[in-house]
Amino acid sequence: MINADAKLASNIFDKPEMAPTRDGFGKGAVEAGKADERVVVLSADLEESTRAEWFHKEFPARYVEMGVAEQNMATVAAGMANYGKIPFITSYAAFSPGRNWEQIRTTIALNNVPVIVCGMHAGVSVGPDGATHQMLEDMALMRAMPNMIVISPCDAEEGRKATVAAAKCGKPVYQRFGREKTPVMTTADTPFEIGKVQVFWKSDSPLVAIFATGPLLHNALLAAQELEKENIAVTVTNVATIKPLDLQIVEIAKQAGAVVSVEEHQVNGGLGSAVAEMLAKNAPMQQEFVGVQDTFGQSGNPAELIEFYGMGVKSIMDAVKKVAARKH
Amino acid sequence: MALTDSEIRELEVKAEKVRETIIEMLVAAGSGHTAGPLGMADIFTALYFHVLHHDPKNPEWADRDRLFLSNGHITPVRYSAMAHAGYFPVEECLTLRKFGSRLQGHPEREKLPGVESTSGPLGSGLSQASGYAYATRMDKKRFHVYCALSDGEHNEGNLWEAMLFAGKNKLSNLTAIVDRNNIQIDGNTEDIMPLEPLRDKYEAFNWHVLEIDGHNIPQFIAACDEAKAIYEKPTVIIAHTIAGKGVKEIEGDFRYHGYAVKGKDEEKKFLDELRTLGGKISSEHQ
Repeated sequence: MINADAKLASNIFDKPEMAPTRDGFGKGAVEAGKADERVVVLSADLEESTRAEWFHKEFPARYVEMGVAEQNMATVAAGMANYGKIPFITSYAAFSPGRNWEQIRTTIALNNVPVIVCGMHAGVSVGPDGATHQMLEDMALMRAMPNMIVISPCDAEEGRKATVAAAKCGKPVYQRFGREKTPVMTTADTPFEIGKVQVFWKSDSPLVAIFATGPLLHNALLAAQELEKENIAVTVTNVATIKPLDLQIVEIAKQAGAVVSVEEHQVNGGLGSAVAEMLAKNAPMQQEFVGVQDTFGQSGNPAELIEFYGMGVKSIMDAVKKVAARKH
Repeated sequence: MALTDSEIRELEVKAEKVRETIIEMLVAAGSGHTAGPLGMADIFTALYFHVLHHDPKNPEWADRDRLFLSNGHITPVRYSAMAHAGYFPVEECLTLRKFGSRLQGHPEREKLPGVESTSGPLGSGLSQASGYAYATRMDKKRFHVYCALSDGEHNEGNLWEAMLFAGKNKLSNLTAIVDRNNIQIDGNTEDIMPLEPLRDKYEAFNWHVLEIDGHNIPQFIAACDEAKAIYEKPTVIIAHTIAGKGVKEIEGDFRYHGYAVKGKDEEKKFLDELRTLGGKISSEHQ
């Protein structure tokens, strides 16, 4: 059942409010800008779709248009942060951190300056644009980088909170956002802290622990609800911070004894890998990886792509059953 | 204000010391770049002993001028000039590239106070300096931002993006200094990927361009003064230098780009060559 402590939206399964997580960035950036005048936002010719324009309208003097130049955006921001600003750099995840990874590595992460890299339109759910724009490797790229915090909000509200928290943390951060409208599961009262997971669906004696990140968390919750009808008890945990990964995951996993990870990302190097690394060291157990299986995406509508690449509700349910059958 | 002859002479003597330390530290390290640091010794000496407003005893002084080094591989010249200016003991230069040293093979901001930024991978220093200059102008800071870069790194696209950005935003508090020594690792710049006409390219990107002899200290200082007087544009000083300047055998030879001095005999030969420079440098500007 839904964990009341998470203070989730009451309409989570019944016509939930729909909003893209990037809207959360837009709101959060304005909020962070109001709280701290050091906050600046840089855009690489995509201010409308990244929602950077919301900040632009509010703080025109603190908005910087970079043109289509993601490498320059990262390095200019590094210089600004080095001086004392708190820059958010905004583009599509395919280009930032896709194109400018080395600049982020050297001038932001190794330089250790607080730039917040915001990658929008992540995942296959960007849809018709096709594989070039469907970024599925960003969490792996950024998770491998020392000094870098990696956050993947599950909905617009969490995206807002993450953005505000990122501006305050004083460290290099990567945040990933989606283009499509997705269910708003959390509320203003849902706790959020960088580096902390939250159990959204709990069971007294779970058979499998599901760890999900990003908007697919909603599919994981729908799967949990369906599985309950079949008397298969699971927990569903929201892993918004991919790095540093909350050690609490070990306890939650041990309670169930088998794990399913769910992410709109390559299964190589993302949330599933991070969870597996942590469990291998602390409590090795069977795991199924729901995500994109080492392939590129293609054009299509978001819902059919999520289904086709094995990240739909049915796929998550199948993964749960599969891993449960392998339990020792 | 024009420098007196004795002030010029004093800087030239300092530049010789900076060169000697570069050779000593590269010998001790056993690896590293020789040509670039020697070629930029006059300019870094002029920067640290005349141009920059800075305080070696207080490297984090908030109102200091900022010097970004984009082509991090010539960092021995910066370390040497910093040591001679009093940031740290000259002897520490001999720890260059060694385990546990603050003097990393390529400079790191968090390792050594006074190194403004981490650099090595080419083409991204001018962007960082531009971002810095942009941010400080937002806050109406008065200090100046300098960025030293190489000619070879103009092969990198990121650098041209930075040129566009600085030109667009009229970053007059930014001065770029291009080490135009015409060499890069695989050969001469005009064979590898031609840059000329470099002046025209910067001008087309809305920069104020000055060209100088990079071994003529008063000329470089005058260019820095002029750059500060330009209010509508960023300035680039294209400094024509001789790679390996001071060591005749390696001057202008691209094969020494990434070559470290090896062995006592070679060290002695190079140092002897350096120590005979005395009158030669001063004759170049008279």
